[in-house]
This record gives sequence, structure tokens and C-alpha cells, in this order.
Amino acid sequence: MDLHYIKRKAINLLALAASLLSAVFGIVFLFWILKDVLTLGMPAINASFFTELPTPAGVEGGGLANAILGTLMITVIATAIGVPAGIMAGTYLSEYGRKSRVASVVRFLADILVSAPSIVIGVFVYALLVKPFGGFSAIAGSVALSIIMLPVVIRTAEEMLKLVPDSTREAALALGAPHWMVTVKVVYRGAIRGITTGVMLAVARVSGETAPLLFTSFNNSFWNFKLTEPTATLTVTIFNYALGPYEEWHQMAWGAAFLITALVLFVTLISRVIVRGKA
Amino acid sequence: MQVFDRHKSYKIGDALFKGIAYFFALSVIVLMALIFIVLLKESWLSIKTFGFKFLYSTAWDPVSGDFGALPAIFGTIVSSLIAIIIALPISLGIAIFLTEMAPKWLKGPIGTAIELLASIPSIIYGMWGLFILAPLLSEYVEPYIIDYLGFIPIFRGAPMGIGMLPAAFILAIMIIPFISSVARDIFRMVPPILKESGYGVGATKWEVISKVVIPYTKSGIIGAVILGLGRALGETMAVTFLIGNSHDISIALLDPATSISATLANEFTEAVEDIYLSSLIELGLILFVITFIVLGLAKILINRFSYTGRR
Amino acid sequence: MKKITLILALLVMCFGSSGLALAENLINGAGATFPYPLYSKWAYEYAKKTGVKLNYQSIGSGGGIKQIKAKTVDFGASDAPLTVKDLSDSDLLQFPMAIGGVVPVVNIKGVQAGQLKLTADVLADIFLGKITKWNDKRIAAINAGLNLPDDTITVVHRSDGSGTTWIFTNYLDKANADWHSKVGFGTAVNWPAGVGGKGNEGVATYVKRIKNSIGYVEYAYALQNKLVHTKLQNKDKNFVEPSMETFTAAASGADWKGTPGFAVILTDQSGKNAWPIAGATFILVQENPTNCANAKAVLQFFDWAYENGGQMAKSLDYVPIPKNVAQIMEDAWAKKIKCNGAPVWTK
Repeated sequence: MDLHYIKRKAINLLALAASLLSAVFGIVFLFWILKDVLTLGMPAINASFFTELPTPAGVEGGGLANAILGTLMITVIATAIGVPAGIMAGTYLSEYGRKSRVASVVRFLADILVSAPSIVIGVFVYALLVKPFGGFSAIAGSVALSIIMLPVVIRTAEEMLKLVPDSTREAALALGAPHWMVTVKVVYRGAIRGITTGVMLAVARVSGETAPLLFTSFNNSFWNFKLTEPTATLTVTIFNYALGPYEEWHQMAWGAAFLITALVLFVTLISRVIVRGKA
Repeated sequence: MQVFDRHKSYKIGDALFKGIAYFFALSVIVLMALIFIVLLKESWLSIKTFGFKFLYSTAWDPVSGDFGALPAIFGTIVSSLIAIIIALPISLGIAIFLTEMAPKWLKGPIGTAIELLASIPSIIYGMWGLFILAPLLSEYVEPYIIDYLGFIPIFRGAPMGIGMLPAAFILAIMIIPFISSVARDIFRMVPPILKESGYGVGATKWEVISKVVIPYTKSGIIGAVILGLGRALGETMAVTFLIGNSHDISIALLDPATSISATLANEFTEAVEDIYLSSLIELGLILFVITFIVLGLAKILINRFSYTGRR
Repeated sequence: MKKITLILALLVMCFGSSGLALAENLINGAGATFPYPLYSKWAYEYAKKTGVKLNYQSIGSGGGIKQIKAKTVDFGASDAPLTVKDLSDSDLLQFPMAIGGVVPVVNIKGVQAGQLKLTADVLADIFLGKITKWNDKRIAAINAGLNLPDDTITVVHRSDGSGTTWIFTNYLDKANADWHSKVGFGTAVNWPAGVGGKGNEGVATYVKRIKNSIGYVEYAYALQNKLVHTKLQNKDKNFVEPSMETFTAAASGADWKGTPGFAVILTDQSGKNAWPIAGATFILVQENPTNCANAKAVLQFFDWAYENGGQMAKSLDYVPIPKNVAQIMEDAWAKKIKCNGAPVWTK
């Protein structure tokens, strides 16, 4: 046999085996992490986990109800700020700016902002909203998260709006509808699925953020309904409890980890189903 | 008359809508500028006090108020680079598997699984790293590294399970999904005719991949790698749990180190003196500038690829 | 889209207004990690009794000092006393809430709590990175009969600003000349060696996880984590164990009334039984508070704690502040803390 041919075959096999192994490697870590989060987190999940406040170390029982509410509250407000702003900016890029210089600068900056270090955003909001107004607050946390969310929403909104064919726009315009009404009633309708997916992914991502909340929403051992007061969140609670010395704390931290991971993965999966349904 | 009125109201509606859209688009530029200005203003004291020395000084002495960024910059860059070195071959392997090898029924599920890995919050990686990975590394991996590779200075240190290498490893796991999904998308854009002509002349699958697909997508892959690097540079939680938080520059990778983001997470709420806080914010500014440059570069490279790639 | 925005806007308003209805029964404090178990226990009991919630977050003494100076919290907490100048510069008043000790903790196979003996010089040299192995001659010399391994010592220190660090380094600074010239003392220092953990908790976690390590934590953390503490040689050359008695002995000579700003330091005290690394943990409040109602609520809480918190403190291994010292503090509250010229504290 041709030795050269055998060698080529062997290299081919080896290289392909290596890429198979890499895929296996990735999958193994996913399931390994998920397995640990599940097995260590599940025991902490019970009724009081969702309904009670944390107790001081050494006192039995307690839950993370305030942190669950805090995460919801901060994420909802961040969404309320980030999503409309992001969609409008995305609308500009897709419907008006297109190839203008402003649009390309905005696109460039949004892409950088997507991956900007979230801890720096936390520092920025601390300097902007915490220090001058004299206190950590839920709203500062929400603003930090909305800044992280904004570029993600902008870029998905633009991409999704662009997918609506120009012929649709022209047809609607030809019927005599004003441009803005065409955008709202026709273009948005065409892109709603994609935009919803993007928004869901953005919400999932920020709900798992920790770093920008450390210096903004801070933490609270009690219920808080005020936007101007420090607020507990699941992720900051994980950070504090995981570095804590008490077994009960680690237990709680795993429970919180389980909850937040389940939430994020659920949203991600759902949004993938939506995308698939469309295609 | 009526028609005229309608047109007028159309015009106002259009102008208003466009105005709002324009306002929010501009807000991105304003926001970016504001981040720079605020960080610059807050770190001015440190910039004024230390000047350029801040960038290469290794001091981190809160007692005497002498600060330097080098250990944190060093830790940030080295941990990210090691992460890339680990992550790149694996990510390419995954992308190759997904585009060239996997049967159709497997592509979807595995692609989804890898993307799920990307969506797990970083604090979960950090916690998992500290509680599960670190004990395993200190018990079963690091002692062997020290025994068998210890003659190379970078593989020395105490087997703690916490340090530069463990932090880089967890970072690698975190960025693999990013690089591999971008690489997969780029591989898919290679025109089939190029690959088929490769097979046509009798090339093996690997030869087509290594001689056609990878060269064709080179700039895109570099972009993907830099994108992953950008992620790794700014990552906070996973690194904070595992890097060991020591302001020393050690060439031994098993030793503890620190990164800019870990320093901020650890020390920001604690810094009492103005100069301390200002130095920390300057660290944040440096991180922002580094990632800005790195991500900007990645964006330019990926853009260039999608122009040449599509046409 | 509009509908969603509207709903969200309504939600925001709900959160906002419900906040107004519940106004002013939340007090925010932040600072030292050492008294965290105690303050959170007090806060838990106090909230059950009065409905007033005290949100105390342990972010480190450095953080407590910074946040009260920046007025982002109603009170700060620190294990390091502020100097008189610092206090007057920022219009702050400090008072002690409990006394405790910092203890060196180790993780060495086969070594039990209280078995390993250390002197100030040996401890300093370990933290300076000069003694690097557990079987070093100088450690062996004072630990005859103890089997110490030929393993590298991993030093664990705080990565954040901390009163625990202040007390610990203040002791080394007083007791060892080399430490004094090379490192000094403060809430954060330029560590010559080791790994940094965040908070007492972080150090405790690392010492538990890392073999052949040595760290320092407040006594209560050492006990709760079942960490292995060491004995230390005190100023009178006795090897003493950390305990409520040895901490009390260290605090017995303190002159609270005569020390300006109540900045009492309790490290390296003489006394046969005195634990050498003891210290009081302090509360910091503004002398001219911006939020007068909250300032009053803070003082009411700590008055309640002076009055009723002693037993809880003891059960968590803190030495409570004696009644006569508490009286001195409350007199200072009445004299110094003012809102629009009127005293905030009246009993």
C-alpha cells in the first residue's frame, strides 16, 4: 500500500477523533456542572426557601424569599428601561440610519458594549448614582443591568427588523400609511418573534449577573419594596454565602444557584424553541 | 383639505417617531462617552498622583497609599491568554465536529448544549470552581503537575487548587461556547464549492478542513478568538473565586495572582482613602480601555471577513 | 409594546408607592465582618420584638468606614478604631459594641486546636515569608513533641480592607521590629506573602480548603468553623489560649473614659492571662446626621443591645461591653449627636 496514503488517512482519523473528543469535553462539563448544581441545590429547595427571610447563622430554617423578589424586581425594572430604549435604537439602525455614519458608530459601540466588563459598568453606576445620591439602591442595580441589556436588545432588534423584507415596507407605504405606522404595525409585527427571543435572552443574561450589582443594589437581609433602598438579589447572595463559613449558607447558595440556573436555562431553551418554530 | 391635514399629521408623527428612535440610538454614544468621562473623572486623583508609573508599578500598599496596576494587568492578561490557549483548539474541534462530522440528528442537540453552557451565569462557574473543581485540582492534578513538570518554572507553586491556572481553566470552560459557536457560524459560511473541489482532488476530510476551511476563515476565527479574549478579560465572578487575590507577580502558574476585575470585586466597597478608591477606579478604566481596543479589533476583523466571505 | 411599557410603568409605581407606605423602619449599616454574626442575631431578635429592621451587611471595616463617610449607610462598623483626627474630620462618633480576639488558625494534618504554640516573632516571620516550612527549626524549638510536616506553608490573609487585619497587623507591628519596618499596620497592608480571602469567611474557607495553611480570623469564626487555633505567647511570656477569659483579661486595663475618641487599642497588653491579639469592635455614626429619624433608630437599637444583648453576645463567643462603659457611651451620644442643634438621643 501507499505509505503516504496511509499516513494521510491516519492523520485524518486522528484529527477527527480529536474534534470528537473536544465536543465530548464540552458536553461533559455542561452535564457535570448541571449535575452538581442539581444534586447540591435540590435539597435546599423547599417551601420556606421561597417564603421566608434568611435567618442569622446558627438559627435553623429561613429562606431567600427577599432575594428572589429582589432579583425579580431589579430585572423587571431593568427590562422596563433597557428594552424600549433598545428597540427604539434598533429601529433607528434598521429603519432610518441604515448605512449612515451615525448608525455605523452606534453599531460599533453597541457591539463593544455587549462584551464590556460588567464590573466596570457597576463601578460606573456607583460613581453616577450611588455616591452622589448617598446610598445603595435597587434602582442603581436596575440601571446597571439595563446598560448591560441595552446593546443586546439593540443588536437583536436591528437584525430582526432587517429580516423583514423591504417589499413589505414598500407595499404598506404604497397604501398611504405613514412611515412610523408602517414600522409599528407592519415591520414590528413581522419581527415580533425574533425580538421577543432576543429580549428573553437578554433578560436571562442579566438576571444571572453579579458583578454590576455588588456596588449598586448591594444586599439586604430583609424585604425591600423601595427603589431607593439596598436590595437583596439571588446572585449577590450566592457570592456572599458561597464565600461564607457556614454549611447552611453553602446549602442556601447552592439552592439559589439551582434556581437561577434553572431559570436561565429554561428561558434559553424556550427562546430556541421559538426560533425553531419560526424556521 | 382633509388630505393636506392628514399629510401634516403624518409628518409630525413621522418626525416624532424618528426623533425618538434617533434619541435612543444616540444614547449609546452618549452612554459610552459618559462611562469614559465618569471613570476618568473619578480616577483623576490617581492619574495625577502616579502618572504613567501606575501602569508599570507593582506596588499595592494601602498603608502608605502607593498603588500600581501591573500585577492586576498581568493577572488579567495572563489568565485570559492561558484560557485562550486551552479554549482555542477545543472550540475549533467542537466547531469542526458540528459542521463537518456530526450526523444531522446530533447537530441540533449538541449545538444547543454548547449554547446552554454559554448561558450559565458566571457566578455558578465560580462557585462550582471553588467547591468542586479546586479540591479535585489540588488533590489529583496539581501534585502531579508539580512532580512531573516542576522542572519548568511556570509549573511550580503549592498545590492549592486556587491560583492563576485554575482561574484560567474555568475561564477556558466559560469561553469555549462563545468561540465555538462563532467558529461554527463562520465555517458554515464557507461556500460548498470550495470544499467540494477539495474532495474532488482526493483530499481527506482533515485536509479539506486544514487547507481549505481554516485558511478561508482565518480572519473570522481570529475575530472569534479576540471576542473570546474580550470576554475573558472582563470576567469577574469566576475569576474572583479561584485566582487567589494576591498582588504578586509570580511566574509560577499554580501560585495565586489577581486580576483587575477580581481586585475591584474584592476591594471596591472597602477602600477608605480617596487615593485607594481612585486607584481602583483607574484599574476599571484601564480594563475598559483594554477591552475596548480588543473588542474593537475583533469587530473590525469579523466585519472584514463577512464582507470578503459573502462576496 | 405600549401595553407592556404601561404595565411595567405601573409596576414601578406600585413598588415606589408601597415603599412610601412602609417608610422609615429600615436602618442600613455596613462594615466589619467580625461582629456580623452578633449584629445579625441582634437584628433578628430586635425585628421580632419591635418591627424595626436593621440591615447589616458585612463588607469589611474599611468598607464600613468608607460608607459612613460617604453617608451611604446609617451607621458603619469597624474593628479598627478611627483616630481622633479622622473622627473630627468626618464628624463621626465611635463607640464599642463588643470585645473579641483575633486568632491564628492552621490546617496541618494531625495538629489539633491549641496544640501548636507560636511566638510573635515566629508568627511575624511566617507572614513575612521568611519561615516557609512547618518543620522549620524555630517552630520546632517551641513545639517539642509535636510532629510537624516538611511541607510548604501557605499564608492566608484578607484580600479586603478589614479591622481584623488592623488588629492582627497592629499586634505584629508592636511585637516585631522587622514587621514594623517592612509592613506596618492598617486595615489593608502590602502583604509580603500568601493568598487573599474576602472577609473572615473567605479566610476561614481558604484555610479549611488549603492544606498546610495558616490564616487569622476572629475567634467566633474559628469556633464556628471548627478551625484549629494556635496558642500564642503574650507580653508576660506566657503561652495562652484564646478564650472569653483571656480576651476579658486583655480588655481589663482599658481606660475608656480617658481615651480621646474612645480609640482604645487592646493588642499586646500586659497581664498574665491576656490574649495578645484582642480588640474592641466599634460602631460609627454621624454627629450631624442627615436622616435624623434613622439616626435615632440606630441609637435605640444599640441602647437595646447594650441593655439586652449581653447574653446573646456570650452565646456567640463575644465579650459584652460592661454596663459602666455602656453608660459612658450613651452620655457621649446625648452630648455629641445633634440634629438642627437638638440632641438626637434622650433617654
